[in-house]
Amino acid sequence: MTARFDAIVIGAGPAGAEAAIAAARHGRRVAVLDEQPAAGGQVWRAPVGGFAGKGDADHRAGDDLRERLAASPATTQFGRRVWSVVGPGLGRDTGFRVDALGPDGNESLEAPALVVATGAHERVTPFPGWTLPGVIGLAAATVLLKSHGAAPGARVVVAGCGPLLAVVAAGLVAAGVEIAAIVDRAARRDWAMRLPALLGRPSLALRGAMLAGRARLAGAPFFAAHGVRRAEGEEAVRRVVIGPVDAQGAPIAGQERAFDCDALVVGHGLTTACEVTRLMRAEHRYDRLRGGWMPVVDQAFRTTVEGLYAVGDGAGVRGQIMASLAGRRAGLAIAAGQGADVAQECARIDRALVRAAPFSDAMASLMAQRPAEVAAIAAGTVVCRCEDVTRGEIDAAITDGARDIDQLKHFTRCGMGPCQGRSCSDAAEELMAAALNVSRETVGRWTGRPPLRPVALGEMIGAFDYADIPIPTPAPL
Amino acid sequence: MSAARDLVVVGGGLHGCATALFAARGGLSVTLVERGALCREASGVNAGTLTMQMTRVALIPYALRAHAMWASARDWLGHDVGVVVCDGLSLAFTEREEELLAFRAGKRREAGAPIELIGAAAAQTVEPGLGEGVRLAGHCKVDGYANAYLTGLAFRRALVEAGVELREHAEAIGIEREAGGYVVKTRAAPARGRRLVIAGGVWIEPMLAWLGVALPIKVLVNQLAVTERQRPVMRTVIGIASGLLSLKQYPHGTTVIGGGWQGVGDRARGGLALRPERLIGNIRLACHAIPALKQARLARAWAGLEAETADALPAVGPIPGHPDAYVCGSVHSGYTSGLYIARLLADRILGREPELPLFPIDRLLAQPQRAA
Ligand SMILES: Cc1cc2nc3c(=O)[nH]c(=O)nc-3n(C[C@H](O)[C@H](O)[C@H](O)COP(=O)(O)OP(=O)(O)OC[C@H]3O[C@@H](n4cnc5c(N)ncnc54)[C@H](O)[C@@H]3O)c2cc1C
Ligand SMILES: Cc1cc2nc3c(=O)[nH]c(=O)nc-3n(C[C@H](O)[C@H](O)[C@H](O)COP(=O)(O)OP(=O)(O)OC[C@H]3O[C@@H](n4cnc5c(N)ncnc54)[C@H](O)[C@@H]3O)c2cc1C
Repeated sequence: MTARFDAIVIGAGPAGAEAAIAAARHGRRVAVLDEQPAAGGQVWRAPVGGFAGKGDADHRAGDDLRERLAASPATTQFGRRVWSVVGPGLGRDTGFRVDALGPDGNESLEAPALVVATGAHERVTPFPGWTLPGVIGLAAATVLLKSHGAAPGARVVVAGCGPLLAVVAAGLVAAGVEIAAIVDRAARRDWAMRLPALLGRPSLALRGAMLAGRARLAGAPFFAAHGVRRAEGEEAVRRVVIGPVDAQGAPIAGQERAFDCDALVVGHGLTTACEVTRLMRAEHRYDRLRGGWMPVVDQAFRTTVEGLYAVGDGAGVRGQIMASLAGRRAGLAIAAGQGADVAQECARIDRALVRAAPFSDAMASLMAQRPAEVAAIAAGTVVCRCEDVTRGEIDAAITDGARDIDQLKHFTRCGMGPCQGRSCSDAAEELMAAALNVSRETVGRWTGRPPLRPVALGEMIGAFDYADIPIPTPAPL
Repeated sequence: MSAARDLVVVGGGLHGCATALFAARGGLSVTLVERGALCREASGVNAGTLTMQMTRVALIPYALRAHAMWASARDWLGHDVGVVVCDGLSLAFTEREEELLAFRAGKRREAGAPIELIGAAAAQTVEPGLGEGVRLAGHCKVDGYANAYLTGLAFRRALVEAGVELREHAEAIGIEREAGGYVVKTRAAPARGRRLVIAGGVWIEPMLAWLGVALPIKVLVNQLAVTERQRPVMRTVIGIASGLLSLKQYPHGTTVIGGGWQGVGDRARGGLALRPERLIGNIRLACHAIPALKQARLARAWAGLEAETADALPAVGPIPGHPDAYVCGSVHSGYTSGLYIARLLADRILGREPELPLFPIDRLLAQPQRAA
């Protein structure tokens, strides 16, 4: 059984939910799928399991989005893991087929238009001990705080870069957690340099300052232009050693400091979750500032594949404001393609996107991958945590003749594990590009393949009779 | 002008790599021209099954010898391709499959494959992971698998040690005859050889066309899937009577599921996409055979291109009308047999009498038009 719609939206974060609401408002039959139990995406993750939420601004904005989506005629399907997408030229003449696992097993949906709004993955630039239990990502920590009201530990080191650093520090303080140290890759002047762009959005700048202030109020030691040297511990992290870094994030000589703790929250920005557009063989480009590889899109967020749209962080990490705007813009484009008059509203959104860009770029530049930080990864440090591949093994494969990222994978198993490179590809590609002195485009990317998320075989196949398996005709004897 | 080598091989899959290696070890100076990196098309993405029970009857004598070569690869190749030799079972779940299995196993047995037909209880002893419903099984002790993605690395090292000049990331864009041999054009310097081997997998059709030879090659697009690591759930290679399942668990715990279910792809774009309903069908078959696989999670699925001639037998031998030029490919279940068949071709090129006959392509070429 295949359900048919005018448009399918994958992801019900700010981008996907706005796209669905906008297209449905103009009479399009829209289905929006998300693996989470409610809309809101990462930034506005809904509280779960009895946790009432914090009632803060994020929570209220999320509730607002959830209410508007619920009131819209769009069909929402939560708890659905999308694992396969096929599209034009990939076994179909036009349109898309999306397969998702839900409470009733596998479901297929079809539509002539598909909006990809799958958000971002967290980037952690590897350092010794980063795979120890008790080390979690900054973004993951925000989810823990938002949806469970839980803290990762009792005494925590918070490290990395960008706005999430302040968000997490403030969240932990509010949760009554002791903060051993806040370690920011950026120097104070890096923030100062971005002040004009930040001031362009006074409400946000104010919020950032307040967040930082709250963390400082709690008396947590704050280290600008520092990074994690290593995390130590037998079973789990017990101590974190930090040291000074230069403007590129590379470690430099200077005093190292150690902090006892039972958790390290660390993140070095976000990368685009562009698995679906890669699977669809849309054209992509590399943009270090905005999270790496992303689909090429036009003003209405159309990719190079007919009927395929990409919005939000998955099409370039630009933050929630731009994600919401892009989602609406794409939803309207789908409505317009089918006759609605949306020109004025589109023009308004286009202007809003232009206004939001400087702030977005300023934030993105704090979070972008720093090649020097990657270059400093030690030979013995694990880069691919699923398959336990170290930097030394990556270098050895390059010495053995590996010249592109697929060859590296075959030589080392780097990227072959459960996460399929979602966590290691950004570092592995960068290491290879630097070692060979070529561009990231030359090194390339691992080919996009299903499943988009790991899925249990038993769930995929459901109940069946042997006689109903469509076994093809045997090969000749 | 580059100096002519004794041999230029075009295409660095298993057939090209093996031909180049044995020719070089036989004393020839060899250049290997490969569009990408070695063994990254069919030869690097295949299921690695080394089985008699999916091999075409005519190829069984070749496959048996090839199996012995794979089993001792560490010795003669010098590098590891992760070969495991184990028992193999081909299963029948229905009456029709039972008939098919009895017939096919009998023919393969006549050709030399040591396949015994056994009942459900005996099959269960060979493979305790089996599910219910098995009516009959073909049991072969000459079975096993390699880790196909290691093929390129292993051959690369061996080829470098044998002194083969490797030209990776060098796409051949034309082949011409010249006095005393052939010139293979690339976007950089051309490669010249007194002899030529075309070993371009599904691309041998356009390559032969450069020499004016029209050999139609059908492109099969095989789907494959691999699970995440799991506790040991099986210890044999499992197939079914129709040949549309191939299944084994690697020592590190992942299981590769294949069997030739067809996906989406073509010569120009490679193995592009999987058909989800066929992936589900293939996985249903796998879980029916080994139920504990249901607990595993799917990590990745992909598709690769396999070549097939009109009679589904290999295209390996001299290229008619072109002295000292050969083609090597389109071997069914070619990862198994191709290794040995490529060695036969190398023997022929080295002037030795091949131990078993080659598969000349004259039979497949359109007869030249005769004047009325
Ligand atoms: C873990 C995390 C935490 C973050 N926390 C903050 C924060 O606290 N504050 C802040 O300002 N920014 C935060 N960000 C950045 C913020 O997410 C983005 O700027 C913004 O939310 C982007 O919106 P989006 O709609 O593009 O993506 P998202 O909000 O990420 O939404 C994407 C949605 O797609 C769904 N999805 C993806 N793939 C599939 C699939 N295969 N099947 C089904 N569903 C799928 C996801 O479940 C998710 O709900 C965070 C990012 C991450 C990755
Ligand atoms: C998914 C799949 C599963 C399979 N499973 C099994 C199995 O379990 N057991 C088994 O025995 N067999 C299996 N096979 C079959 C087996 O993989 C093939 O028969 C065998 O690998 C073919 O080797 P080849 O060298 O002829 O072709 P290929 O490996 O395709 O090599 C051809 C090479 O030519 C190169 N080339 C192409 N054009 C040019 C150009 N213009 N210039 C230079 N180089 C060029 C290509 O890049 C490629 O490297 C499977 C095949 C597939 C696709």
